Amino acid sequence: MLPKGLFQKPKNELESSDKYAQSAMPSVPDEMCVSCPGCRKTLVLGELTDNCHVCPKCGHHFRMNARQRINLICDADSFEELFGELETKDLIHFPGYEKKLKHARLESAEKEAVICGSGKIGGFACALFVMEPYFMMGSMGTVVGEKITRTFEYAIEHRLPVIGFTLSGGARMQEGILSLMQMAKTSGAVKRHSDAGLLYITVLTDPTTGGVSASFAMEGDIILAEPGALIGFAGPRVIEQTIRQKLPPGFQRAEFVQKKGFVDAIVNRREEKAYLKKLLGFHASMGDE
Amino acid sequence: MEAYKKVMAARAKGRATGTDYLQHVFTDFTEFHGDRRYGDDLAVVTGIAKLKRLPVTVIALEKGRDTKDKVARNFGMAHPEGYRKALRQMKLAEKFGRPVICFVDTAGAYCGLDAEERGQAQAIAENLMEMMALRVPVISVLIGEGGSGGALALAVADQVWMLENAVYSVISPEGCASILWKDAGRAKEAAECLRMTAQDLLEMGVIEKIIYEPQNDFSKIYDTLRNDLYDAITACKTLNADEMLERRYQRFRRIGVVK
Repeated sequence: MLPKGLFQKPKNELESSDKYAQSAMPSVPDEMCVSCPGCRKTLVLGELTDNCHVCPKCGHHFRMNARQRINLICDADSFEELFGELETKDLIHFPGYEKKLKHARLESAEKEAVICGSGKIGGFACALFVMEPYFMMGSMGTVVGEKITRTFEYAIEHRLPVIGFTLSGGARMQEGILSLMQMAKTSGAVKRHSDAGLLYITVLTDPTTGGVSASFAMEGDIILAEPGALIGFAGPRVIEQTIRQKLPPGFQRAEFVQKKGFVDAIVNRREEKAYLKKLLGFHASMGDE
Repeated sequence: MEAYKKVMAARAKGRATGTDYLQHVFTDFTEFHGDRRYGDDLAVVTGIAKLKRLPVTVIALEKGRDTKDKVARNFGMAHPEGYRKALRQMKLAEKFGRPVICFVDTAGAYCGLDAEERGQAQAIAENLMEMMALRVPVISVLIGEGGSGGALALAVADQVWMLENAVYSVISPEGCASILWKDAGRAKEAAECLRMTAQDLLEMGVIEKIIYEPQNDFSKIYDTLRNDLYDAITACKTLNADEMLERRYQRFRRIGVVK
């Protein structure tokens, strides 16, 4: 952390009054600044949001919520949310789950950890799902599984490609076996969509692990990833505990996973929309645009 | 703490393991090795066998018996090549019209460096997708531990059965307790909360059948399985493949439907 007063103008005699000093200084309150985990530089929130939540200095990709992503990727006013009414219940009466859900709803201002809908990207119609980091880190319970399954079924019905932004710590343990079953359920829907000859592109964002990486995230026809995204089955801590040694630097990062053959391309968030448009164009039949 | 007793029973030393079933439920078990891509994972045993007179493809997760065997089989925690080996056999089963029977017993898919490098997540994901569309009957039997995605990767089936003392869960009770309460010692409590026993899963509609264990007499279990598997597969065969796949899809589709 930088010293708090670093960007404060040194006081001089002409600015002796505190009141004057405060109003004259173009300093930014702390909550409008963030320190970049990539380069440790302090960034003003505004410049970060204007730059797709990518650090303008080092290119670090900050986490962004699902609505921001939708705004970034979809053509203006083209997104129509689907299945947004579905709400999670504490199906197996897991201690503390109700409270956790309440907290997650407050923190994310969403009902669940995925937002689904239809929209246009560069003029191409598609179905989308975008996972939400501020709702239990995108963990997959029954509602997440159900919404994603319905998105694929909707896409089959309307002959649409599916674009999915994945972000998840994995299956939601508070829903027990029912959350595990969502891996099979979503995979079944992906398979049907695939067998219908339709395109499915996943964009793996930080982090994509556990039951989500071991199901629909890794089932895309084309798998893209954001730079530096953590992608894997087990989380790094679990692996370190298993093998009782430190992991090499860069392990499970998008660049590493690509080198091992599991990612088609790493795409900078600022170029994502144009990249997706290009891919959709390749797969569109005449007159789709 | 009824649930944790079952966890301990499922893990108990001396409990029959995957290959015991292959040898005793079937005749003429013939093992095939390797995934044709990387190697041969001994945590997954695959081959063909006869169920009464019916040729079937059999797949079992194998934890190993003595220490040496356990090490060779990585304690039943499969690497990606294990899941790919299983998928290769399932594809052959489809080609030759053989039903597939899987025996599941694993703490989970292996969480090591090499497993990650070779795409553990991708290997599991591919099995889930392909099993959902396999045009021959598939039955999976959980015989001991059913640990998360590593178990599910061999349990996307027309029917899933569990032995009375088998457990099946999204996470181990120890893992759940250490994440939730930062205390793996509260595993008993977690086991209860997770609802991971055969009885729980039957009530939730996640499995079709419980195979009871009469006083640890596994020869009786083998007999029951031989008859029940034969009957279930014969019943499956009256459906055409499209109907069967539609039912398999709906079997999972209805789990966790929210209104």
